[in-house]
Amino acid sequence: MLARLRQTGLGRDPGAAVARARVISALGPLVALLLASLFFTIRTDRFLTTENWSLITQQVAVVGILAIGQTLIILTAGIDLSVGAVMAYGTIVMTRLAVTYHLNPFLAIALGIGACLAFGVLNGVLVTAVRLPPFIVTLGTLNIAFALTHITSNEETIANLPDPLVFFGDTFRFAGTTITYGAVLAVALTVVTWFVLTRTIGGRHVYATGNNPDAARLAGVRTRRVLLSVYAIAGLLDGIAALVLVGRTGVGDPQAGQSANLDSITAVVVGGTSLFGGRGSVLGTLVGTLIVGIFRNGLTLLGVAAIYQFLITGVLVILAVAVDQLSRRTRG
Amino acid sequence: MSAAQPAAARTPVLEARGLVKRYGVVTALDGADFDLYPGEILALIGDNGAGKSTLIKALSGAIVPDRGEILLNGTVVHFRNPLEARRGGIETVYQDLALAPALDIAENLFLGRELRRPGLVGLVLRVADRPRMLSEARAHIADLKINVRSMKQPVETLSGGQRQGVAVARAAAFASRVVIMDEPTAALGVRESGMVLDLIREVRARGTPVVLISHNMPQVFEIADRLHVMRLGRRVATITPKSHTMTEAVALMTGATSFHGTGG
Repeated sequence: MLARLRQTGLGRDPGAAVARARVISALGPLVALLLASLFFTIRTDRFLTTENWSLITQQVAVVGILAIGQTLIILTAGIDLSVGAVMAYGTIVMTRLAVTYHLNPFLAIALGIGACLAFGVLNGVLVTAVRLPPFIVTLGTLNIAFALTHITSNEETIANLPDPLVFFGDTFRFAGTTITYGAVLAVALTVVTWFVLTRTIGGRHVYATGNNPDAARLAGVRTRRVLLSVYAIAGLLDGIAALVLVGRTGVGDPQAGQSANLDSITAVVVGGTSLFGGRGSVLGTLVGTLIVGIFRNGLTLLGVAAIYQFLITGVLVILAVAVDQLSRRTRG
Repeated sequence: MSAAQPAAARTPVLEARGLVKRYGVVTALDGADFDLYPGEILALIGDNGAGKSTLIKALSGAIVPDRGEILLNGTVVHFRNPLEARRGGIETVYQDLALAPALDIAENLFLGRELRRPGLVGLVLRVADRPRMLSEARAHIADLKINVRSMKQPVETLSGGQRQGVAVARAAAFASRVVIMDEPTAALGVRESGMVLDLIREVRARGTPVVLISHNMPQVFEIADRLHVMRLGRRVATITPKSHTMTEAVALMTGATSFHGTGG
């Protein structure tokens, strides 16, 4: 009788194909990154210079931080369209409090990040307690945050910021190049998130909740708490991204971050995380962020008009989602 | 009370008396009784709507009955949710293979009860003890003689029978008293069904009694020690594969004949 068991186990091997698919999906983004770099290196001599790479790291830091929160949410099979608008609101709150109301800069930063966290919690509560679809919830909060940003700022750019607000725009020299503290922070946050996702129980519950919410709940995972946490953490990361953005631009700009939601989603999906939830990696997202950044940067160096960069980002995200969908189909 | 009885060698592990559950005007359980004895495989049979699933849900804590009582080892218990039933040692294998396909075997086995690293990293950072979970998973899987190569294999790479094997292994690993299985072979082919039936016997051999819902009469007669026949929300008979034929069992299920001779 038990011989049957052994036979079935060894008979065919559906594992090998899936294992191969996994390796490809993990290496795919890295290969794309190298190919894109190679292409731009050949086409323009300014691409592979320390100054340019310093610029790229500065450019991608903000989206990179937003994309971490986006990864967490997409791993639970959700989506956050509000990231850019919430971040913009955060920049206005912290700069206006510090400049117009002369609040202690650190308190202003804390309140700005707190405002973003509040938006994250709001998203999370609407998704878990009211059980609304994440797409609609975050489309709603996108517009609320957008409106609040413009109401609070009076449509004015807020300048003359105190030092603590622009700290993450400061640079240091490393290996012959200039690096901002913001870029270091983005990488550090990615590494911490990677550790949490892969090594801690809470992290594994994020994957389980996205992969099969019913199974996770029946197994004793508090899936609602998991969902609420990822939206709250994403809100917190929006606030941190706001601080890094303020550091990079030196002002509170109500027009900021308008394409950041699609940019962050593109980074996550190009980085190999599935929109269907439960599969992916935040390290992939870091690579995805770099791919998006390199495309933007390289096309600019080639003199391609900015509007075509939007076009290419659009094509890129659709391609990545198509690959995700196809690999899902072959998995059955 | 049964603990005080000297010669109560046959105290049921799990027992229910007069369970009633109504959903609006529909009476799903209408005074249902239930007994499960140590070391047996008990099959729950009955037509659609006879109340099998509702009874199972009451026993596994998924629903709370309106009336009646449930006794675990002779003590009255009140399960408000599946977690409380699990803490009581009752594990349920749900019909739709309740596993997370992208997670590996070890992760699925310990889902919701992950082991933590010793010390502060486990306590504060909730870092999972992956090596220990892998080795314990290996032991549980080997215990039930399920053939899979690696505990790091994602569940989606397994065949239907192997997946059900993982689900059964999880239940068997944590069930100190009872394993409940809802249609464990419904989605499987003949050979894989045979595999799962072997597994169920292994679980019994290790001393854990099994409650099994199945529509497959030949299977039920092959594996069960006793059959609990349900009809219209009640237990109408308890028979054994030796005392009755399949035709007689079906007659009891449909009410064509009555065990107690009181019409139906």
